[in-house]
Amino acid sequence: MMVEDAICSFCGCLCDDINVEVEENNVKRVRHACRLGSSKIMGHERIRSPMVRKDGELKEVSYQQAYERAAEILLAASKPLLYGWASTVCEAQKKGILLAEEVGGVLDSTATVCHGPSVIGIEEKGLPGATLGQVKNRADTIVFWGCNPAEAHPRHSLRYSSNACGRFTPEGRSAKRIIVVDVRETRTSKNADKQVIIQPGTDYEVISALRMLVAGKGDVVPDEVGGVAKKELASLAQMLLAAKFGAVFFGLGITHSRGRYKNIDNALSLVADLNSHTKFVIMPMRGHYNVGGIGQVLAWSSGYPMSVDFTRQAPYFNPGETAACDLLAKADTDAALIIAADPASNFPRKIVEELAKMPIIQIDPYENPTTLLADVVIPSAIAGVEAEGTAYRMDGLALRMRKLVNSSYPSDEEILDGILECVRSLRSAMRMQGGA
Amino acid sequence: MISGRTLAQGANCESKMSEDFFKAASSCHLSKEDYDLLGLSDGKNILLKNEFGKTVLSPRVDDGLRKGIVFVPMGPWANILIGPDTGGCGTPQFKGVEIDIEATNSPIMDIRELFGSVQRAEA
Repeated sequence: MMVEDAICSFCGCLCDDINVEVEENNVKRVRHACRLGSSKIMGHERIRSPMVRKDGELKEVSYQQAYERAAEILLAASKPLLYGWASTVCEAQKKGILLAEEVGGVLDSTATVCHGPSVIGIEEKGLPGATLGQVKNRADTIVFWGCNPAEAHPRHSLRYSSNACGRFTPEGRSAKRIIVVDVRETRTSKNADKQVIIQPGTDYEVISALRMLVAGKGDVVPDEVGGVAKKELASLAQMLLAAKFGAVFFGLGITHSRGRYKNIDNALSLVADLNSHTKFVIMPMRGHYNVGGIGQVLAWSSGYPMSVDFTRQAPYFNPGETAACDLLAKADTDAALIIAADPASNFPRKIVEELAKMPIIQIDPYENPTTLLADVVIPSAIAGVEAEGTAYRMDGLALRMRKLVNSSYPSDEEILDGILECVRSLRSAMRMQGGA
Repeated sequence: MISGRTLAQGANCESKMSEDFFKAASSCHLSKEDYDLLGLSDGKNILLKNEFGKTVLSPRVDDGLRKGIVFVPMGPWANILIGPDTGGCGTPQFKGVEIDIEATNSPIMDIRELFGSVQRAEA
């Protein structure tokens, strides 16, 4: 059986033209997907059974036993961290928020080690955005700043940006001007008309110089900024001003570098400035396929897009205090539920060492370094492949992920329901004991 | 040092206990100039260290990098060198990290060895 136009659940591109050949409930071949998407849909070796750690070893248990142990850990903690959420669907995220409220915890997403600074920058300045469809159909000038879609979002250029052919861009790549700003040459910069190599950690200065040049105040710009000659920056500013419809895509090269959210704040201002002269939009290159979704679901549920503390009477958000890395670094959390993420691999080592000191519940289809530290391991169906649900593309478009094959594993949503039920019955048993 | 996504790292990021992920994420890309300067002949590894820790990686020449900048695929090997400070915004600085590098004959730790030394508290 061929499943046509399936949606890929790897990155924020959410490519919706994937054909998946299914035989006897197994994925046999994936067509149209990039190497990242194909690898994700084809799958890898799975965790076989739920496990609970006893005497230092993970021992196989039933799902119900794992849910009960997870509920005990969450209720015994005074401020549990519920972290991950980017590689699962919105329906599971919604359940996670409910669980965080019920147990009084902090819910944070992988955005905080990714585009968290973009979220903060956008809160400060607003986002002059567009859909990827608009970019495909209209953009004649594309800037990739601190991102390398050729390796991180391989089909972005062909489907939406530099090489896409759209309604008003029928000639595709040949009629577009592509600019890459980075600290190194990349596979993406090989496809550029103009490549600007800056010194690491100078994004803020280079953006400020461009803003001055765009505003006609080039006389205040020094001869060299961030290792780039003023003449080259002036030519870049001219290319931006000459656009009929320009689009800036930015990545972790700018959010992870010195300046972090201030870099984004400044880039948003540059795009706002450019809109005094021509049409320009800007978009973060979101990594995990539904990291946009957790931001949306949290925002409509609590008013905040990440790092939300539900331990108080009302939701509270203060990144730097309530973000996962900050909570762990300051030992301000005492248990963790990790879902659809691998912080043991992706957090700084010193923070992983703090994480390891507390009980960890892991919900994931695959074994990874977080499993090595976990006390409860609950294997799940792969959202977007074995379970359906909603995901948000990097431009904020909500798309429905279909189930491609059946699975004997419960979905993230079902697992969270199971834990929630145990939390409620354990709490009522505790209340009854207290009453007696 | 900068850390980030590569195609091979991304394709194996859901099979992190595999040999393929080990190959994809335990490398250090550097310019030919730095490679020659460090005398990284075949078989020699590269030691990266700073105030947060040290990690041994396999060197790879990358013509896209300038002298003085190395690239390490995102993951547990790179993150040994990342500091915990988030500058008040929740996000550690994963890029633009100052490190010292030298050639070494030490082996690269595999993923289980890497986490074997992490002290876990019994729940």
